[in-house]
Parts: sequence; C-alpha cells; structure tokens
Amino acid sequence: MNRRKRAATREKFMTRNFKITGLVAAMMLTTASFAQAETLRLLTWGSYAPEELVQKFEAMYPDINVEVTFSNNEEMIAKLRATGGAGFDLAQPSHDRIHAAQLEYDIYKPMDLSMIDTSVMESSHLEGVKANTTIDGEVYAVPHQWGTSGLMANKTMAPDFKGWGDLCDPQYAGKTSMRLKRTILLGTAFSMGHDPFAAYADLDEYQSILDEVAEKLIACKANIKAYWKGGDDLSAMMLSGEIVASETWDSTAYKLYGQNKDIVFVPPETGALAWIDTFALPRKGKADDAAYKWINFVLQPENVTIMSGSTGAIAAVKGGLELLPEDKRNAVTAAFTAEDIANLKFFANIPPGVEDMEGKTLERIKAATGG
Amino acid sequence: MTSTDTPDLECTNLCKEFGKVRAVDNVSFEIPKGSFFSILGPSGCGKTTLMRMIAGFEDPTSGNIDIKGKSVLNTPPNKRNVKMVFQHLALFPMMNVYENIAYGLRCIGMDKAQIDQKVRDVLDRIALPDVGNREIHQLSGGQKQRIAIARCMVLDPDVLLLDEPLGALDLKLREAMKIELKLLQHQFNTTFIYITHDQSEALVMSDHVAIMNEGRFEQIGKPEELYHAPRTAFVAGFVGDSNRWSGKVTGLQDGVAKVTTDAGLTMLCQKQDGRDVREGQSVTIYVRPEFITASRSKGQDTQTSDLNAIHGKVDSVLFNGANSRVLVRGPSGELIEADVVVTGSTDDLHAGDEVRLNWSDQQTMCFAT
Amino acid sequence: MQSDIRRLSLILLFAPFALWIFLLIVLPHIGMIALSLREKVAPRVYEFGFGNYIDFIQEPIYWNTLLRTGSMSILVTFLALLIGFPIAYYIAKIAGQRSKGALFLLCLIPLWVSDLIRAFGWILLLRETGVASTFLQWTGAIDQPIEFLYNDITVVVGLVYTVILFMIVPLVSTLDGMDDAMVEAGYNLGGSGFTVLRRIIIPYAMPGIVSGCIVVFMLTAGSYLTPILLGGKNSSWFTEQIYDQFITRFNWESGAAFGFLLLAFTSLVVWLGLRLTGQTLANTVAKS
Repeated sequence: MNRRKRAATREKFMTRNFKITGLVAAMMLTTASFAQAETLRLLTWGSYAPEELVQKFEAMYPDINVEVTFSNNEEMIAKLRATGGAGFDLAQPSHDRIHAAQLEYDIYKPMDLSMIDTSVMESSHLEGVKANTTIDGEVYAVPHQWGTSGLMANKTMAPDFKGWGDLCDPQYAGKTSMRLKRTILLGTAFSMGHDPFAAYADLDEYQSILDEVAEKLIACKANIKAYWKGGDDLSAMMLSGEIVASETWDSTAYKLYGQNKDIVFVPPETGALAWIDTFALPRKGKADDAAYKWINFVLQPENVTIMSGSTGAIAAVKGGLELLPEDKRNAVTAAFTAEDIANLKFFANIPPGVEDMEGKTLERIKAATGG
Repeated sequence: MTSTDTPDLECTNLCKEFGKVRAVDNVSFEIPKGSFFSILGPSGCGKTTLMRMIAGFEDPTSGNIDIKGKSVLNTPPNKRNVKMVFQHLALFPMMNVYENIAYGLRCIGMDKAQIDQKVRDVLDRIALPDVGNREIHQLSGGQKQRIAIARCMVLDPDVLLLDEPLGALDLKLREAMKIELKLLQHQFNTTFIYITHDQSEALVMSDHVAIMNEGRFEQIGKPEELYHAPRTAFVAGFVGDSNRWSGKVTGLQDGVAKVTTDAGLTMLCQKQDGRDVREGQSVTIYVRPEFITASRSKGQDTQTSDLNAIHGKVDSVLFNGANSRVLVRGPSGELIEADVVVTGSTDDLHAGDEVRLNWSDQQTMCFAT
Repeated sequence: MQSDIRRLSLILLFAPFALWIFLLIVLPHIGMIALSLREKVAPRVYEFGFGNYIDFIQEPIYWNTLLRTGSMSILVTFLALLIGFPIAYYIAKIAGQRSKGALFLLCLIPLWVSDLIRAFGWILLLRETGVASTFLQWTGAIDQPIEFLYNDITVVVGLVYTVILFMIVPLVSTLDGMDDAMVEAGYNLGGSGFTVLRRIIIPYAMPGIVSGCIVVFMLTAGSYLTPILLGGKNSSWFTEQIYDQFITRFNWESGAAFGFLLLAFTSLVVWLGLRLTGQTLANTVAKS
C-alpha cells in the first residue's frame, strides 16, 4: 500500500537511478583511493532528496557522494527483500511498513539513537514511531516527515463534500475518483463506523469489515470516473474539472491549491489518515555514519524548509508546521483546524496476513463489473 | 465458333506512353489461329510492355486489341482468355503441382471431378503423368517449364503468351526445350506468342517473327524472310551474323549499285525491290559470313562483274564443327568473318595464310542510312 | 587437428549465446518454478507444495483475468494483422523503392518514444477534456464532452498502436520476397482480387503472418503499461496481477506461479495457433 507522494506512479514504473554526481562518483571509484570516497545510497520517495540539499550535503562532507533511488513503500521492501537488505545505506519506508517487513524478511538493522540528534524531533512522533518499530527492545526507525491521506474537493462544485462516503454520493456521479489501494479500504471502513486498526487484532473481524467495504466500493464503482494511479493523473483530472472531488494525498491537494484556490484538502469527518515516513538502515548497508550524517543534516531547521518545499510534507521536528514554506503553510492552515489535527488516525502497524487480505479485496473490487 | 479467318489476336495502332517515353509506338499486327508467333527485339525495345498490354496488366494509351475479333480493352486481366507463362514461371510455391494446375479451373468454378479429369489429361499431354503430388521445389527446370505451360493450357486459352521462359535454363536444356515448346504448340494447336531477345529461339520455333526496335515493329515475316530479305538495316544487323561496311553509292547500273566504302573498297550490290538507293547516297552494307567464300590467293584476280572480291590475311581460325569460321584481316585493317569447312586436312586455312574472299552481289544487302 | 580447431572455434562462437540463454533465460525460469512451488506456512517458513497453483484455480478472479487477457490479446493480434497487412503490402509491393525506406522509417518512429510517453499521448488525446473531445465539440458533432478513455476499446486501440509495428516488419520482409509475377499469374489464370488474396498472397505471406502474430500476441499478453494506464475501472490485465503479487502483496511465491502460468498459457495459445494454421515454428519464425 503506498500512499501519497506525488509522481509516485512514475517511480513505480521507472525507478530512476538518479546519480546526482554520477560522473564524479564513477571517477572517484576508479581513480581515487577507495578508503577516502564514501557513497551514501539513498532509497527514498520521489522529491525526498532535492538536488539543492544533496549539493549542500556534499559540500559539507566532501568525502561523501550521494546516490538516490526513487521508490515507494512496496518497492522499497521488494528491493531490500531481493538482496537481503543490501545495495542501499538508508531507506525511508512509512512507519507502519517496518514491523511486519522486518519480522518477515529481516531487511533492516537496529538504529543507534545516540548518533541522531533526537532532541529536535517532535516527541509525540518520535515516541510513536519508536513504539511502532521496536522489535526485541531494538528500535528500527526514527521519524522524518508526516502527512495525511484524505479528500479534496472543488469548493465551487462540491461545497458539502466532507466524508469518505461522499465519494459514492450519486449527486457526484461520474465526477469523483479514488486510488484502488488500501487507503480507500481503511477510509471507507471508518466512514461506515468501523475501526479497522482496532480490528487488526482479530483478523476474522477484519475480514468481515473488508467484505462490507468491498460491497460498498463495488456498488460505488458506477459513481466514480476512474481510479487514479498517481499524482499526475489525479491533478490533471481535478484541474480540468473532469472530477470535482477525490481521495488524495495532502501534498497533491496543496499543490493544486497553489494553482486553483477553489481546490482544497478536506480532512474527512472521521479523521484524515496520517502516516510518518521514517529513516531506517538496511541490514547490509555499508555507510551507517554517512546515513546518520544525512539524517541529522536534513533535520536542521533551514534544511527542513527546503525539504518540505520539495515534498509538501511536514517535518516531524518541533515546530515543523512553522518551518513549511509559506504557500504550503497557507494550504495546510486552510485545510486543517486544530480539531482535525487532533482527529488524525495514524496508520497502525500491519500485522502479517493483512496485506494478503487487503490485496484480495482490492482484486475483487477491480474485477467486479459495476459500471 | 469463330470463323477460321478471324485472327486469334489483332492489335491496331497500339501505343503506350510512360510519361514522355513511348514504349510501344503505333504497333499493328494480326496473328492467325494456331500459329507460333515470336516478338524478337533487344531488351528495352518495348516487347514486354506490348505483351503486358495483351495480357491486360497495362492499359494502352491508344489503339485497340482484339481477341477472336472482340476488343478486350475494357476486360480485366482475369477475364481475358489470354494466358501467360512468366519469365520466372511464377509457379505458386505453396501449392503442389496438382493445385497449381487446378488453380485456374477452380477460379472458373468447375466441379471437382471435372477438374481432376482435366488436370490428369494435361499432365499426360506434357508427359508428366505422375508429378501431381510433387512440390514445386522438387521439380527440375524443364519439368517446371512444362508445368507452367500446362497450368495455362488446361484453361484452353485463345492465346498463350510466353515471356522469355527459357532465359533461366542452362544451354543444353534450353536447346531441348526449344524443340519441345514447338512440339507442344503443335500438340495443343493454340496460338503462342513468344517474347525473346534470343534470335535463335525465335527463328527455330516460330512460324512468324516480328522484329521490334524502339517501340516499333521493323518487320514481320517468316524466319527465312527475315534472314534473307531483311527490309531494314536494323533487321539485317539484328537477325543472324553479318559483316558490315558503310559507304556511298558511286554508280548505279542495271539495278546494281556500286558502293565505295569509307575505307576505299569497291563493292557491288544488287538493288532489291522496295529499297530506294540513289547515287551519292550513304549506305550500309551487310554480308552474311556463309555467303563469303575464302580461298588461298593464287596470285591472280578473278573479279567478275557480279562477284565481289577482297584480299586479306587469315587472322585466326574459329573452329566450331560445322559452324567454323575464319577471321580475315582485310585491306583496310577491318576483320571480316567467313564460314569455312575445317576438315582437319592440310588444305585447311591457317592463321597467316593469304586469302581471297568472294561473294555475289545478290548476297550483298545494302540499306540507305 | 583441423577439425579440433574447427570444433574449438565453434564452441567459442557458440559460448556467448549459450551462456546468455542459460544464465538469463533458463536459470531464472528454473528459479521461478522453484519459487512458485513454495508454500508459505509462517513468516520465513516455507514448504514444498502446489498451493499457489491451487489458489489460482480456486479463485475465479485470477483465471478470469488470465482468460480476459488472452482473449483481448487475440483480438489485438487479429486487429493488428487486419490493419498491418494492407500497410505492409503497400510498403512491400506498391510503394516505390525510395518511398519504401521512408515509409518503413515512419513506421519505426513510434519506437523512439517510450511506452509511457505514448500512453500519456493517448491520454492527452482521448480524455474528457482532451483534444478529440474538444475538437468534436468545436465541430458541433457532440454537445457534451465525451470520455474516450478508461474502457476496453481504448485499451485495444492503444495496444494495437503499440504492437502493430511488430506485425508490419515480418510481413514486409516476407511480402518483399514475393515475385510480382506471382500475383499477376494469379489474375492471369482467372482469379479475382479476392481469390488472388486468399489463394496466393496470404498463403505466401503465411510465415510472416504467423511469426508476426506470435510476436504481437506475446508482446500484448505481456504488456503492462498500456492496459494499466488506458484501462478503466473494470479492466484488469494479468501482468498487473503478477505485479501486485510481487510488489504490493510481497507474495513472490504466487507471483512466480502466475508468471509461469502466463508463460504456459501464451505458449499454449501459440501452439494452438500453429496447429490451426498448419505451420511450424521452424518454417515461420525462422524464415521471416
């Protein structure tokens, strides 16, 4: 299940190996002594390693070259699983995707928190991530940025849009969209009065919730225009007015708000679904020191602003909201009230087996002929 | 039934232009029923275009084509009863022999039993009764040839066109096929139109030959007429071998022209019907090697009033059995060919011998240029 | 001595190909089969078994998707042949020698653009607010915007467009080898245009047709981007199923089984096609 990240579709299809300093790195590898040059191989989301920051980092640590591979949650796990955790030095999976993957495939190594300046982090996020990713007393991840999945609507055409269920409202027939991934299953479950995260403890109950959700979403198929695949096609449909409301990543909604003030992010009345992207060390990573340096580097306030400007997500540091670039901050404050923030539903750890259940449910919905 | 005097094929003032090029220029001829007619000409003379017009693959720019007395100008190729044997035969490689022959019969919707009967008949007639189930690539060159003809003949065409079908065969087989084609034509008693640039093919097989040059028919006639009584310089030069001189008419007496060649030799040439030769005119003279007799010089000259004579020296002897020749270096340095009999005895001519060449003025063909 | 050298050079020449086949084709497939025969019983614990294949058979969604993918691929192949044949015939037989090269190049141009960009091109053209819909509104043919995207027809059109080149190339090369006299002989012996096409041109081009169809069918059944991007709410493609198993559900075992099933299914269709047309691989793919 991946959630937001703009241009995620692209990454999905062509994981570009963005060798920022490719030429230099290659030359150093072949000519300079091996001991000196160190390469930090990042496995992260598109836009999570802006060129500006990478250059700044390399200027600060001339010994380190940064290599970036853009990816998403599923591919990160798949890539690391294929090599048993080798090939990358720092990965950025979401907080709920670490526990099960680690149990199942053993792809990460524990973090040494003393190497990280945790004092700058928003403690609730830090504690939350630690709680989510602690296995046998070892912590496997620390938070980086957070954001939400929710809804967006064009206020002029869908002024009353407020809950997940409204996507299936006949008055918007053919004018809504969603992404056929687990987010919409969970959102719909909440809108039907269930708490899917609580049901993780009892998979039979979770299955019955999923069945209900599937039925609803199959019935809803006729109502939606198309399932979107990535931020680009969603943006195009929304800006052109082909759809008036959709499930969305918040960053996509913020970006569109910048282009059309009528398009706003709508936190669903049952609560937006929140995720935290983390830092985790692949088990066979070779440049832990460089990885820790990168973590501390991007958490510095001036760098946070650059990063958030690129990603549209809020850094999990103290005062993260204030460190957003101004336009993004405006979009966030336009979308969220304090109440909405309090109502956030953080994704819970996915226990083994749930991915399969959800996957089958999604296949059922996709295969059903609902219009 | 058409009456016997209706020709199988008649072309009237046929023209074909490709852009500014006139490939076929005002050609008219008719071919009587059951004859073997050849169109002989150098490559590029328009004979293939002419044939493609008859078959219907090209439309004439002007003129008319009648088959059995009916114009076929507006008849598409698949409706004309003119069949064609292509240069490379164009047998269908994905069908076996039987299917190749049955193809045309199927196209006219004949029923199965009848097709079977007809295919068997035609295979018998070309003396290949057992090849029906063979694939095309299993046949020899000569067999392919016969199948290609059978494939057309099974449809009883009014006219069969053959486009240099012997070109791809080796020499020996080609000689054999010439005779065979002639026999097949007799056997089927169908009008054959045979296109070729090889004069021996045309002369050996045909009842009538048309000589074609630059889109025009130079002469139509029986092979021996063309050979002995060519009506144009082109025909004289193209059909058969000949020695050639150019010169001017310096005297005219009793139908015999006296020609002085560019090299200064004097030759007599009997004027023939229809050929306008006047004094002072430039002419070209053709003399066939078989009419020149070469004998060792005995020192004295025996030029008579009706006999041409030249002295020379044997340059080389070309032995070719009955067709042996000598090359004689004439007084002005040109080479003259003359047929000789080489017996192997000491009387034979040898290189270096002084010889005298004689030929009669009747065998001297002279054309105004 | 001489024969030893010859044998050595043969081995040396053959080695890269054999290595390529073995390392990149045979070995991964053996790995796939082995993977597909593992059943997951608990985290990090696997057992040998046919569970993944049984799952496939028991879940109608899976085999329906496979059959759907198969039948749509056959349709795409058929349409590509129908559209590609006249184009190939024109290039090989009717166009002049000089324009032949230009036309061929024209056919190749789409290959210079990546699959993804081509799919986005179609999206731009066919979406509700896209070029086609806007143009039709402008001409007055329709008064409401029309959504051309997100249905099976669009998927088929997009796929035909993507693969048609692979139909045209083998067809052109076989038709090129056909003597024009063959067609003329077909007419001369009394065949109508249809008879000539059916009895002469098509049988002659059969090796090219079959090899083009095999390539196109395989490419279509194995394509991913076009059906995903152009497909609608209900359009699922079997490769998407495989991707989901591998990437989204981390279920490599059943992903491997699906992959193997796709291979087996497409091979079966190709085999059936060859049987029906009476061709063999040797005289089609090897010839054209």
